[in-house]
Amino acid sequence: MTPAKIRAAIALGLVLGAVAFGFVPLLWLGMAQGFSGFDAYLPRVVSFTLQQAFLSTVISLLIALPVARAIARRNFWGRGVLLKLFFLPIALPAIVAILGIIGVASGVVSIYGLHGIIFAHVFFNTPLAVRLMLTRLDAIPAENFRLAAQLNFSDRDVFNKIEWPQLASAMTGVASLIFLLCTAGFAVVLILGGGPQATTLEVAIYQSLRLDFDPARASVLALAQFVLCGILVLLAGRFATESEVFPRTVATTVRYDGKSLSSQVMDCLAIAVAALIVLPPLLSIVVAGLWKIQFTETLLRAAGTSLFIGFSAACVSLLLGWTLADAAARQQLGVVRPVIMLASLAALIMPPAVLATGWFVALSQFADVGTYTIVLVVWLNALMALPFIWSPLYPAIIEANQRHDRLCASLGLTGWPRLKRIDFPVLRRPLGLAFLMGMIVSLGDLSAIVLFGSDKLVTLPALIYRQMGSYRMEAAAGTALVLALLCFGLTSLAQRRSASRDQA
Amino acid sequence: MIKLEAVKFRYEDMLMEFNFHMPRGEFVGVIGPSGAGKSTLLSLIAGFETPLSGRIRFAGIDMADRPPDQRPVTMIFQDHNSFAHLDVWTNVALGISPRLKLSEEKRARVDDALERVGLSDCKSRKPTEISGGEKQRIAIARALVRDKPVLLLDEPFTALGPALRREMLDLIRAIQRSHNLTVLMVTHQPEDTEYAASRVAFVENGKIAHLLPTADFFAASAPKEIRSYLGG
Repeated sequence: MTPAKIRAAIALGLVLGAVAFGFVPLLWLGMAQGFSGFDAYLPRVVSFTLQQAFLSTVISLLIALPVARAIARRNFWGRGVLLKLFFLPIALPAIVAILGIIGVASGVVSIYGLHGIIFAHVFFNTPLAVRLMLTRLDAIPAENFRLAAQLNFSDRDVFNKIEWPQLASAMTGVASLIFLLCTAGFAVVLILGGGPQATTLEVAIYQSLRLDFDPARASVLALAQFVLCGILVLLAGRFATESEVFPRTVATTVRYDGKSLSSQVMDCLAIAVAALIVLPPLLSIVVAGLWKIQFTETLLRAAGTSLFIGFSAACVSLLLGWTLADAAARQQLGVVRPVIMLASLAALIMPPAVLATGWFVALSQFADVGTYTIVLVVWLNALMALPFIWSPLYPAIIEANQRHDRLCASLGLTGWPRLKRIDFPVLRRPLGLAFLMGMIVSLGDLSAIVLFGSDKLVTLPALIYRQMGSYRMEAAAGTALVLALLCFGLTSLAQRRSASRDQA
Repeated sequence: MIKLEAVKFRYEDMLMEFNFHMPRGEFVGVIGPSGAGKSTLLSLIAGFETPLSGRIRFAGIDMADRPPDQRPVTMIFQDHNSFAHLDVWTNVALGISPRLKLSEEKRARVDDALERVGLSDCKSRKPTEISGGEKQRIAIARALVRDKPVLLLDEPFTALGPALRREMLDLIRAIQRSHNLTVLMVTHQPEDTEYAASRVAFVENGKIAHLLPTADFFAASAPKEIRSYLGG
C-alpha cells in the first residue's frame, strides 16, 4: 500500500468512523427501547418537513428562472454587484439572515410559522438557484445566439430551443439540492417554526434531546432523518450538474434576443422582485445592527471562539477533503471510490443533529461530554464543511492531475517533491477557496453549538440565539452585524479567489 | 534498441497487438487514422499504459514492470509538456532532479540545453509568457538534459505553423544525430515524416499494418490502404 493510499484510508476511516459513532449508538438505543418513539408525532413531522421543503423549492425555482434568464441576456450597470449580493444569502449564517427577515417583517406581518419558514428558504435559495442557472446559461456558445438571430427566432423560440434544453438538464439537480438544503436546514425552522405544527425532523431531534430529554424519540427521529436525507443525497447526486455558484460577473456573450419592450419590462420586473426578496433583509441587518454593536467581553469572547472553531474546523476539513478528493480523482482504493464520494457528503446524509445526538449518547456513557465539547464542535463543523470543501477542490484536482500526471510520472516526481513543486502551487487557489468556504460554513453553524454548547463555550451564532431567546433584540442585531461582517470579509476573499482561479 | 513482442492492449472494444523492432539511432514516423492506436503505442513504450501481455524490450531488457521514469525514454506530448507555474529553467531542471538539488555541473547542463534550443533569453519566464514553439523547446531541452536514448514524440508540433514545424523537426534531427537518439514520432502531417523519418509505420485497427522505408511509403506503389489514407 502506497503512502497516498494509507492517507486516504485513514481519512476515509475517520469520516466513516465519526458517522458510525453517531449512528450506531442511536440505532442501539432505539432498538433497546423497541423504537418506542414511533407514534403519530413522527408522520406529522415528516409530512411537515417534506411540505415546507417542497413549497420552498418550487417557489425558489419559479422566481429564479425568469431572474436568471433576465440577468443572462442583459449586461446592465450593477450586474456584477447584484450577483455579488446574490452570493450573500448563500454565505450568510442562517441566524443572521433570519434576524434580518424578522426586522423587515416586524410590525408588518407575523413571520412565524410555515409562511415564514418558506419565505426564509426562498430568501436563501432563490439566489443560489439564480447563480446555478446562470452558470448554465453562460455556458451556451455565442454561436447559438448568432444562429438564432440569423434564423429570426422569437424570444420564445430562443427560450424553447436554446435556453431551456440547457437549463432542463440542470433543473433536476438544482431542485434536488434546494430540497435537500430545506429538509436538512436547522436554524430557520428552530427560530421561525418550532411549535408542534411547524417542526421539521432536524429540529424535532434537537427538541427531543435538549428540551424533552427523550433519547428514544430522538433516535427514531434521527433514523427517519437519516433515511430521508440519504435518499435525497442519492437523488441529488444522481441529478448533480457541473454548475458552479460563481457565474461570470460580466456577460460576455452578445445576445440578440429580448429587445422588445415587453421583454425588457418583464426582465426588469423579474430582477426587481428578486432584489426585493434579497435586499431588504440584508439592509435590515446593517441598519438594525449598525449602532447596536456592544463590544462587551461576551461578544469578543464569542467572536474569538467562533474564529478559533471556524479556523480549526476548516483546517481539519481541508486536510480530510484534500486527501479524499485526491484519492477519488486518482481512483485510489479502487471500488471504494463511490464510498469516498458519499463520505464527502456525510454531513448531508447524516445531519449534524443526528451525529451530535449519537455522539452525545455514546460519550455520555463513558465521560462528561462537556470535557470534549470544543473538540466535538470542531469535528462536527469539519464534517459539515466537507461538501463545501469538496466542491471547489475535486474538479481542480482532476484537472491538475490530467495536466501533470504523465509528465510527473515520466520525471519521477512523486511524494514530497511533487507536493511542494507541483500540487501545492497549482492547487493553491482552489485550496484557499475551499478553506474559506469551510470557515464560512463553520462560522455560521448553529446546530452543533446549540447541542454541545454551554455557558463556557459560546460562538457568535449561539450568542445571537441566546440574545434573541431573552428578547434582547438590539444586542442580537449588533452581534449579527459583527458575524455578517466577518462572513462578508471571507466571502469577498472567496469571490476574489474564484475570479482569479477563472483567470488562471 | 526497441522491441515489442506481441504486446496486447485493450481499449474499449478494440484489442490492439503490436510487434515492432527499431535499431538505435533510427527515426521512425507513425501515421494512421484517428483512433487507430498510434498514441497508445507510444504510451505502452513509455510505460503510461500497461499491456495485457507481451514484452517491451529496450536493448534486450524487458521493461514491463518499470515505471515511466525508470525507462530509457523521454516522451514529448502534444500539450501540457511544462508546468505553467514554474519558470523555463526550473521546468528543464526537473528533468535532472525532481528535488532540484543540482550541482554546478548539472546547472551548467541545464544552461547548455537551453542554449542549444534557443531559450537562453527566456529562462526566467513562465511557459504562459512564451510562444507555442518556445513551449515545445522547453520539452526538447528537458529531453536533452535527461539524456535518455529513446525519444517519443506524440504529435508535438501539431499546433505550430509549417515553417515553425520544419524548424522544430530540424532541431530534433540535429539532436537525434548528435546524441544518436532513437526517435518515434506520431504525427498527422505526412510531410513531417517524409521530411524527417527513415521509415514510416502505418497503424490501423490497433496494429502496425505496414512498416516501410519512407520513400516506399510515399511511392505510388505503396499498399492501397496507405494510398487511400494519404488521399493518393
